Amino acid sequence: MHHLGRYFIFLGSLFRNREKMGVYSKLVLDECIQIGINSVFIVSIVSTFIGAVTCVQTAYNLVSPLVPLTIIAVIVRDSTILELAPTITCVVLSGKVGSNIAGGLGTMRITEQIDALEVMGINSSSYLVLPKVLASMITFPMLVILAGFLSIYGGYIAGTAADIITPEDYISGLRSDFKPFSITFALIKSVVFAFLISTISSFKGYYTAGGALEVGQASTAAVTNSCIAVLAADFLLAQLLL
Amino acid sequence: MIEIKNIQKTFGERTILSGISGKFLPGDTSLIIGGSGTGKSVLLKCMIGLIKPEEGQVLYDGRDFLTGDEDTQKAIRREMGVLFQGGALFDSKTVLENVRFPLDMLTNMATSEKMERAQFCLQRVGLENAADRMPSEISGGMKKRVGIARAIVMNPKYLFCDEPNSGLDPLTSIKIDELIREITDEFKITTVVITHDMNSMMEIGEKIMFLYQGKKMWEGSSSTITQSKVAELNEFIYANKLLRDTKA
Repeated sequence: MHHLGRYFIFLGSLFRNREKMGVYSKLVLDECIQIGINSVFIVSIVSTFIGAVTCVQTAYNLVSPLVPLTIIAVIVRDSTILELAPTITCVVLSGKVGSNIAGGLGTMRITEQIDALEVMGINSSSYLVLPKVLASMITFPMLVILAGFLSIYGGYIAGTAADIITPEDYISGLRSDFKPFSITFALIKSVVFAFLISTISSFKGYYTAGGALEVGQASTAAVTNSCIAVLAADFLLAQLLL
Repeated sequence: MIEIKNIQKTFGERTILSGISGKFLPGDTSLIIGGSGTGKSVLLKCMIGLIKPEEGQVLYDGRDFLTGDEDTQKAIRREMGVLFQGGALFDSKTVLENVRFPLDMLTNMATSEKMERAQFCLQRVGLENAADRMPSEISGGMKKRVGIARAIVMNPKYLFCDEPNSGLDPLTSIKIDELIREITDEFKITTVVITHDMNSMMEIGEKIMFLYQGKKMWEGSSSTITQSKVAELNEFIYANKLLRDTKA
């Protein structure tokens, strides 16, 4: 409870005594590159393979000749959009981005860079953390959209290359019974996950005390706590919105 | 002038500072000395507002820093320059950007003016040729000098230096000390230096405060420190064999 209280106080401090908005624009852009563009490669690899594996495993479980093959594409599409693209992508990002944020802020803390900002009268939490939170909330949905496309495409490549499904059946399956709200749901999840990952990781990094060992511990804690928060939020959002 | 009155600070059960008072005058380089763990850095952090003491006052030219309103605190902060132990340079910025940073954040100066001022400060610490280097590409001594340049870029009235000689060879230490003294004289700054370096003490200690186990045990200058009758201070000063031999 103590940590939860500190976390909410920390969130409040992000918006108190902010700097001028002009200060944040360049910082947000820099963070978008750091958080978003630098994550495109890992997200692409993970999502393509997840789509491919989902397609192959769905086909393996479809033993009844009465079930049309187009159902494979339906399952790949829905599981990708509803769960795999937003959740798995964000779990991967909590490892990559979360540890990066916590490690960076932790190092700034132990090398007195945060103290230097405070002494100048700059709200260090707002200056350092708010751009990361905003950049995450901008770039995570984009990465999730990319992951969704690549995952479905991965399923297509794997399905057609292994002769599991014809291209026509796969595309027909993708088009059948599509619910546009699934996209909205995925994007809502990505924004919520982005907020959780960036703020939890920043919180862990910002309050690091000690030395290099503690920075490593803060990074690990940031990743584990972010993952747990993402999975809990995933369940809650599914209950609330579906 | 900076005046501290009855500063008390505890961490849990442990008393770190116990009723520390003193005055630091403009144009003087005042030293706070003492062994490791005596509360020097905590006192400095109390003075610059990074730690809030349980009791006491920190007055900057009569303005109470700890209980003053937000505007007063902001105004005092803008008159402060701080050199941190490791320099505390921002890793992602070049040397010039580090020095220019306070101007970017806290002033409405034109870009050309900011550049001119930052370059002047870098020149003042002898690092005009390192402007485009990253902090990871420069030595410890250079980092301290960049830290000093950043601390003076806003024309501060008060300069605080936390162990400016730590991790430096004796020659570089002397150069840093000389730089601090020159800047203090040149800009008539109130300078407070935390150190346990004997060379610094003898070179720049116009006024010295000795802390022992969180208490102020002695106050004086470099010319009177060797005549002190305080056993803890003598033990601290003559821990060095060379000085012991000289005394003998």
